[in-house]
Amino acid sequence: MKKIVFILSLFLVGFSTQSQEIKKKKNAKVAFEVDGICGMCKKRIETAALKTKGVKFALWNVQSHQLNVILDERKTDVLTIQKNILKVGHDVVGLDAKKITATEEDYNSVHPCCKYRDEEIILNHEGGLKKQKKQ
Amino acid sequence: MKKYILSSILLLIPFVIFSQTTFKGMIMDKNNPKDNLGVEGVSVHWLQTNVSAITNKKGWFTIPYKPEYKKLVVSYLGYKTDTISITSLKPLHHFLTEEGELNEVVVRTKKKATYKSYLTTANMFTVNSDELLKAACCNLAESFETNPSIDVSFSDALTGTKQIQMLGLTSPYLLISQENIPSVRGASQVFGLTFTPGTWVESIQITKGAGSVVNGYESISGQINAELVKPFSDNKFFLNAYSSLNGRLELNTHFNQRVSDKWQTGLYIHGNYRGEKFDKNNDNFLDNPLANQINVMNRWQYTDAEKGWVSFINVRFLNDEKQTGELDFIPELDKGTTNAWGSEIDTKRFETSAKLGYVFPELPFQSIGFQMAYSNHQQDSYFGLNVYDIVHESVYSNLIFNSIIGDTRNKFKTGISFTYDKFDELVNTDNFDRKENSLGAFFEYGFDNLDDFSFTAGLRVDTHNLLGTFMTPRLHLRYVPWENSVVRASFGRGKRSANIFAENQQLFASSRQIKIDNVGGNIYGLNAEIAWNYGVSYMQKFNLFDKKGDVTFDFYQTDFKNQVIVDWENPQEISFYDLDGKSIANSFQVELSYNLARNFNLRTAYKYFDISTDYKSGNLQKPIQPKERFFANLSYETVTKENGSQWKFDTTFNSIGKQRLPNTASNPIQYQLSEYSEAYQMLNLQITKVFSEKLEVYIGAENLTNVQQKNPILASDEPFGSNFDSTIVYSPIFGRAMYAGLRFKIK
Repeated sequence: MKKIVFILSLFLVGFSTQSQEIKKKKNAKVAFEVDGICGMCKKRIETAALKTKGVKFALWNVQSHQLNVILDERKTDVLTIQKNILKVGHDVVGLDAKKITATEEDYNSVHPCCKYRDEEIILNHEGGLKKQKKQ
Repeated sequence: MKKYILSSILLLIPFVIFSQTTFKGMIMDKNNPKDNLGVEGVSVHWLQTNVSAITNKKGWFTIPYKPEYKKLVVSYLGYKTDTISITSLKPLHHFLTEEGELNEVVVRTKKKATYKSYLTTANMFTVNSDELLKAACCNLAESFETNPSIDVSFSDALTGTKQIQMLGLTSPYLLISQENIPSVRGASQVFGLTFTPGTWVESIQITKGAGSVVNGYESISGQINAELVKPFSDNKFFLNAYSSLNGRLELNTHFNQRVSDKWQTGLYIHGNYRGEKFDKNNDNFLDNPLANQINVMNRWQYTDAEKGWVSFINVRFLNDEKQTGELDFIPELDKGTTNAWGSEIDTKRFETSAKLGYVFPELPFQSIGFQMAYSNHQQDSYFGLNVYDIVHESVYSNLIFNSIIGDTRNKFKTGISFTYDKFDELVNTDNFDRKENSLGAFFEYGFDNLDDFSFTAGLRVDTHNLLGTFMTPRLHLRYVPWENSVVRASFGRGKRSANIFAENQQLFASSRQIKIDNVGGNIYGLNAEIAWNYGVSYMQKFNLFDKKGDVTFDFYQTDFKNQVIVDWENPQEISFYDLDGKSIANSFQVELSYNLARNFNLRTAYKYFDISTDYKSGNLQKPIQPKERFFANLSYETVTKENGSQWKFDTTFNSIGKQRLPNTASNPIQYQLSEYSEAYQMLNLQITKVFSEKLEVYIGAENLTNVQQKNPILASDEPFGSNFDSTIVYSPIFGRAMYAGLRFKIK
């Protein structure tokens, strides 16, 4: 009997420590900034985020550059998602609010019209927007 | 404690320093403006900068300001991102509006009147209210005239009711739903579409081929869903008046009122009246029935965005009366006699439905919905000496759960549904009663690789008291082989019980004997109809001379495993029997849309139908069904002026090929018809003048070229004789019809 109680309490200790230590949420909401300029970027960023195992939902906003993600913290973390986004060539704003830039090689893999670091292309997109608005 | 004070002072210092150059504001939720409750956690930032802030518990934010910052972007998950121009440093008060579609990818500056989706898996397109205004349609049945995928035909010479077809099959093979609740079915099959006024319709979604398993097992050739105007988004007041030279008057009014932060209600009233008698073809019969309809609907909408609840409650009542027949027929005196031939169709319908939806606030991809509807349809009618009365009571309920497997690339819908239908029919002296109930469960899985491939696979199992226990599989695939193109394929099975009398009411306006081959089936002694539908579609978008266009090729086949054949081939009788052999409907369509110039659009389509059925008398083409059709629609609108004024022009051309007519060889020579009807062309035209956002006026003409069928009623001189037949109608009866109307709205 004592043994059983002992084992049980061991189990409980295990559980309680686990719950105290980890507290990993199954549906954690995270938002951070990702640089990009257009619908094509949106698709690339969201796809990269979603293809990270454990990410359930990803929505990037073209204007605010904010990426909203719902993830399973038991399976992944923000850093992994950010790494995957960097890999497809998009700069992210890390947890410490510092910008992490994608490598030149990865950045070059994005479509020519999505070169968000290029002033001229940014202006082009704005110009495009203005044209649409006028109609 | 000291530490805290110190650190908070330290924290405040930067703010104080910046106090002159900070900008403050409060973000609130548009759905409950009265409470002035702020929204916490909203992110704001200056456009094109990294300067951002997050709102606090009360919804307030403070953000550093520099004169070069002009635009502030406000974003929050599940809400529309707003970009606000900041001109002064006065604190900002801003309301967030909910985002309708979470995955809205296409941002269009101008709403297109019809929208063929590039992204949906099924071959679906949306017709919105702008398109419906192109032909001042009065009800749902007439709202497809500017649309090539749906064919509008004339059902019979008496009731003047227009029937719609898709893929060459009549409306009973379509699932017609109103806000995803199956609506035009059973007793309302023939007239049901005329019971929804055009102004009540917000948009229509048309899906070709096998539909989704979520809405049931009945659809065979496609689905049409009509979304009605919503109290929250409709105008505060709307008025539409219409008058036509064929004696038709219509009036539509909408009143929408906010009741509380979360409740909104709308009252929609429709009335139409036709009191003038016309007999342009001098056959002593009315060309159009005398009619009056009153149709009232009250909607309640509840939205609580914070908690994720949405609900709709509808109540509706309809009274529809039609009188037709000989010019001098007086119902009070001549009903049930052979003094003069006449007919009256009186319908009373009561409907109520409720919807409840819950979106998990923390999980935007997960939701649960429940729909429930009850309707009571009562039609009392007689056609000469034939009496036809039907009461149809119907209950529909559906519970749907939406979520994902792993991530949003893998979505699923699952749920259960229950339906109950009670029919009580009187055909002359025979009573036909029938009770149907079914319980079903469904599961639909949708995969999307977010790039070039997606599919939806659904399966449902139903257990039905008359149709047995059966499975309904449906599959839709979408693949993008190269840029700006989409290939779609679908297949699926449908099953339904044919309401032979309700669907073929025109038969009563003839001297035909009704024959039913009783094979011991459960529905009028007949078996259920079962069909497989297969389809492929290819769409290519292109840019020609710097103008956009798209071309679509569709091929669909419907292969009936069992069908209730409606056999008109003997002019003295109409017989219903189970299919013995083959019945196949092939439909091919090429559709081309092209933007000729700014605001000047062309849509054109060629359609080829090959519909053949094994009748008892051999394999024949479906009667009164053109093999070939050509359609073209041209629309032009002038650029909207500052005050909102604008001209709109719209014209539709239809060329209808020759049609096989039912066999009349055994009739006396003067009552025989040729084997095929002549081909004919029709033209409709409408001009709209928009004066301002509030008022617009339109005039138009239907059938401008004045095409008329010379002799729509066989033996009209002897209506009680054995050759009287008003069912063989293949072209318009009434010639040219001019109309005019106005629309007035207060936002």
